[in-house]
Amino acid sequence: MQTKEFKIKWGMVIDIDKCTGCGACMVGCQVENNIAPMTKKDPYNYVQALTKDRDDASNKLKTLTWMTVYELSNGQAFPEHETAYLPRPCMQCGNPACVPVCPVIATDKNEEGGIVSQIYPRCIGCRYCMAACPYHARYFNWWDPLWPEGMDKGLSPAVSVRPRGVVEKCNFCHSRYLDAKDKARMDGEDPMNLADGAYNTACADICPTKAITFGDLNNPEHAVHDLAKSPHAFRLLEKLGLAPQVYYMSEREWVRKQGDNYNAGGGGH
Amino acid sequence: MDSKLFPEGVQRCSFGKFLIWTAVILGFFTWGLYAAVLVLYNGIGTTGLDNYFGFGAWITFDLAVIALGAGAFFTGLLKYILKIKQLEKIINLTVVVGFICYSGAMLVLTLDIGQPGRAWFGYWHPNVHSMLTEVIFCITCYCTVLIIEFVPLVLEQKQLNKIPFIHALAHNMHVNMALFAGIGAFLSTFHQGSLGGMYGVLIGRPFAFREGFFIWPWTFFLFVLSAVGSGPVFTVLVATFMEKLTGKKLVDFKTKALMGKIAGTMLCVYMFFKILDTWAWATGYLPSVGLTFDDMFYGLVYGKWLMFSEIVLCGVVPAIMLIVPAIRNRPGLLYTAAILDCIGVSLNRYIFTVQTIAFPAMPFDSWQVYVPNWVEYASSIMIIAYGFLVLSLVYRYLPLFPQERELN
Ligand code: SF4
Ligand code: SF4
Repeated sequence: MQTKEFKIKWGMVIDIDKCTGCGACMVGCQVENNIAPMTKKDPYNYVQALTKDRDDASNKLKTLTWMTVYELSNGQAFPEHETAYLPRPCMQCGNPACVPVCPVIATDKNEEGGIVSQIYPRCIGCRYCMAACPYHARYFNWWDPLWPEGMDKGLSPAVSVRPRGVVEKCNFCHSRYLDAKDKARMDGEDPMNLADGAYNTACADICPTKAITFGDLNNPEHAVHDLAKSPHAFRLLEKLGLAPQVYYMSEREWVRKQGDNYNAGGGGH
Repeated sequence: MDSKLFPEGVQRCSFGKFLIWTAVILGFFTWGLYAAVLVLYNGIGTTGLDNYFGFGAWITFDLAVIALGAGAFFTGLLKYILKIKQLEKIINLTVVVGFICYSGAMLVLTLDIGQPGRAWFGYWHPNVHSMLTEVIFCITCYCTVLIIEFVPLVLEQKQLNKIPFIHALAHNMHVNMALFAGIGAFLSTFHQGSLGGMYGVLIGRPFAFREGFFIWPWTFFLFVLSAVGSGPVFTVLVATFMEKLTGKKLVDFKTKALMGKIAGTMLCVYMFFKILDTWAWATGYLPSVGLTFDDMFYGLVYGKWLMFSEIVLCGVVPAIMLIVPAIRNRPGLLYTAAILDCIGVSLNRYIFTVQTIAFPAMPFDSWQVYVPNWVEYASSIMIIAYGFLVLSLVYRYLPLFPQERELN
């Protein structure tokens, strides 16, 4: 089990000290990637006798949210109590737990940039990858996707809508990567050497506090290259060895400890 | 009414009684079928599974019945390859039980995958690194082998067997059965192992992850051993249950005790390695990733009692009971040990499926409790009903127990 390395390595650095937990990244992701909201009634299910009410958005365990914001606590009582927010996209692991387990190669890490891809028409929906991913970054389509009337007109044409019964996840807004490469080609630039900011994810774009920085971790001209090496940077569950391409940073020690070391200082559960 | 179809020289209940019995089974079956149709029509959202628990009751059920169905390949191996003659008194039953368990598991799997229409992708785009690919291949091939082993039994049906061609075919299939028993043993060992390997390779799940030997994590070998340590006694339990229902003696106790001895021996080997494995995991692997043994358990639902019941009460205890002749040769105690053994292996499969996923790998996440809903129960019960139905028909019309005539 070795970390897969590529010349370009798209990554994210999320500054937890800047994150206010506003959830804009979640909304940005939802809109960009045509993630269906949860609706209780399904008017298109024709055999009503067999039709079940579906979960609505209040059931967070069945909603689709490629990007989720977790609330962290230092576990102390007031006035020492502190909270922090940790946005969690797919980590695009260098040594992904999800890829080797998939029986049909519906998910793979093989392209330039090291983004873990997800091929929806090939996924059989066995959910083995969900069982494998400790970050809960994968989501299953429990129900047929359904958009309230009118909302379907706002769908993005660049992103396919996923049917029921397949697993989906964040792919660093891959369609934006394709667009950025196309634009570079048209402008006569090298698509394999995009400038910092030429390709940006929706969550990083929308974040009001600029807590999320996105770029090529291998390219010294990209901000993430240095940020990821900052002394306050850490990766989630480093010890398990999945080698995520998403880095977090915080000046608070208890936050860093919770990121990797379960037993540190009684944090966590 | 249908007495002409009965096996040579045996008594069966009246046709009316049989119809009532079948109707009751069909009642349960229909209930499960309704649940299955709901799942297929609405989607898996109808179940108690969620984003946290992608695997749940169905996978546990599958793993458990496949382990219990292991009696078929292991007994077949001993009977045909190692030529233990005594086992021919129960071999038919092990084949039928194995067939029911495997075909049932496959039925549940078609419900469990989100895109049943794509089930064949496993062959078309196989990922050679995935343990699940190995499971898909072996399980379907082995199911085919079981069908081939089942066919001669059907051909031996009294009326069918009067046809010379069928008679000759059945005979020839019997002659070559050793070959299939061999293939079956090979295939089944591999996928029992891969089922265990499935969990052992989950690098992100400290509860299940294991180092291993070559490409296989330890759990690969543990699953094989636990299956052969429980499958044979499960068949004994099925035979005994059938005896209680029909009020007839079907298999002599000597054969049952022999099956107990076989399972007991394997269970002892299994327990030895299982305890070693648990020890190494708790004192070696867990500290290496900053975890403790206590971190792995939570409250009552995910308490240590589960693991201790599995290993001690339903592992070490039946292993000793089955290995000591004085205990094994007492029917009541043999059956008790068999029941404990089967509970143990099912518990193991449950823990590996549910607790593995319930453990919050991210420290700021919390334990989640998984509760299957009626849809999952009902569809699993459908499989059990299906098993009852197949066994009832086989018992009534096919020469399942070669000893039945002399014992009654
Ligand atoms: S975060 Fe999870 S889904 Fe994403 S690459 Fe890593 S293991 Fe796979
Ligand atoms: S759910 Fe889809 S992507 Fe995940 S392991 Fe199964 S087939 Fe592969």
